[in-house]
Parts: sequence; structure tokens; C-alpha cells
Amino acid sequence: MSPSALTCEEFVELVTDYLDGTLDPATENRFVQHASDCPGCDTYLEQFRETIRLTGRIEPESVDPATLDRLLEAFRDWKAT
Amino acid sequence: MMTRVARTHVSTDASAEEVVQETWLGVLRGIDTFEGRSSLRTWTFRILTNIAKSRGVREWRAVPMSSLGDEPTVDPDRFRGPEDEYPGGWKVFPVAWPSPEEAAVSADTSARVSRMIADLPERQRLVIGLRDVHGFSSAEVCELLGLTPANQRVLLHRARAAVRAGLEVQYAEGSSR
Repeated sequence: MSPSALTCEEFVELVTDYLDGTLDPATENRFVQHASDCPGCDTYLEQFRETIRLTGRIEPESVDPATLDRLLEAFRDWKAT
Repeated sequence: MMTRVARTHVSTDASAEEVVQETWLGVLRGIDTFEGRSSLRTWTFRILTNIAKSRGVREWRAVPMSSLGDEPTVDPDRFRGPEDEYPGGWKVFPVAWPSPEEAAVSADTSARVSRMIADLPERQRLVIGLRDVHGFSSAEVCELLGLTPANQRVLLHRARAAVRAGLEVQYAEGSSR
């Protein structure tokens, strides 16, 4: 390991920055290098991606019926004016 | 989600619901002036934010990083100590999860993820909800919630790491049964 290499403990805190593309080029290189050298961190990165996929499958909450009723009522009033 | 975003700007649930209601009216009235420069959804949330702020007593600002929590997102005990040959390395690698097909990603998993998100601190819940559930961009979330890009990423990262950790526990329990 070179002195500038990331530790696993540092790697796990950079995942969202990496996925958002906000790491500076030098750090991004160290991140990618670490992922290819370290099976544990490669797994962690993959699990982070899987977490994001699973979160994306949640159905956004439906509108609460009471709110919907009031909205429809307001909409009717608005159309009538 | 709209009520929650509104709730960050105003002081009561009832007030937040009124803001949402006003927002829809604003959307209906303003739809003719919508020029398609942003998505309809972003435009709607922008109206919401403006209405909420105009009546809000509480406004989000860039919060100091320290108040976001600076503790690690993975238990430090999972890494080797400073005296070790590989300080900061995993003691034991995370166990790979079953592939999505094997896990038969069930309604059950989605329900668990929903509950994990519901249990997060408010700001983390909003950011992960907007980014990962609703698919807003980073820039949109920063604008809607009045966060700096760095703070938005910190909140998102903490939220995602908490959900990942919850899933890890769930998969570990599943495999030991």
C-alpha cells in the first residue's frame, strides 16, 4: 500500500461523493483503485448501489384521503369561480 | 412527501397541509405559465417551497457540518485498529448479499426499507426520500430544502448507510434461519 492509499474505513465514507461524481480526480483515482484491490470495499460499494436500487422501488406514499378530499373541494370551488 | 417538505418551513402539521393545498391551487392557476424549463414536478415543489417560506416561521439554512453528526457511518469496531498491520482495514469483509433474483426482492423487503427510512432523523429522511425514492437531482434537493451541496451529500450518505446497515442485518438474519 502506498502512503496515499485510502483505508477501508475512509473508503466507506466517500461512497455517496463518488456516486455523485463530486470527488476530486486524485481522490476518485484512489477510490477506484481501492475498490479494485479490496474485495470487502467492492462488496460495500455494490451493497450501497443495491440499497439505492431497493430504495428506488418503494412506492411514493399516496396522498392521505382527508387531504385529497379538501383538495378536490378546493378545486371545485376554484373551478366554480 | 409534499407535506413533509412543507413541514420543514412551517411550525404545525395543519399549516403544512394548508401549504400543500395552496400549492396545488398555485399549480392549477399557474399551469398556463409553466414553460417547461424545469420538470413539472420540480416546478410544483418550487411553488410549494415559496409558499411555505412565505408563511413559514422556521426556515432551513446551511447548517454547520457538526450538527449533521460526524460520527462514522460504519461501526469503527469493524475496522482494524492503529496498531494493526493494516490499520483502518476491514476485520471481516462485509458478506455479499444474495443476488436480486435469489433474494426475490419481495414486497416484504420494500416494506422493511420503507420502515428503515421512516425511522431516520427528519432531514436524512427528507433527503433520501427526495433523492432516492422520488428521483430528484442533487441540485433540486439543495434548492428545495435550502441545503448546501456538501450538507445535502452528508445527509444522503448517512441515510443510505443506515438503510444499508439495516438490510445487512436483515440478510444476515435471513441466512441464519
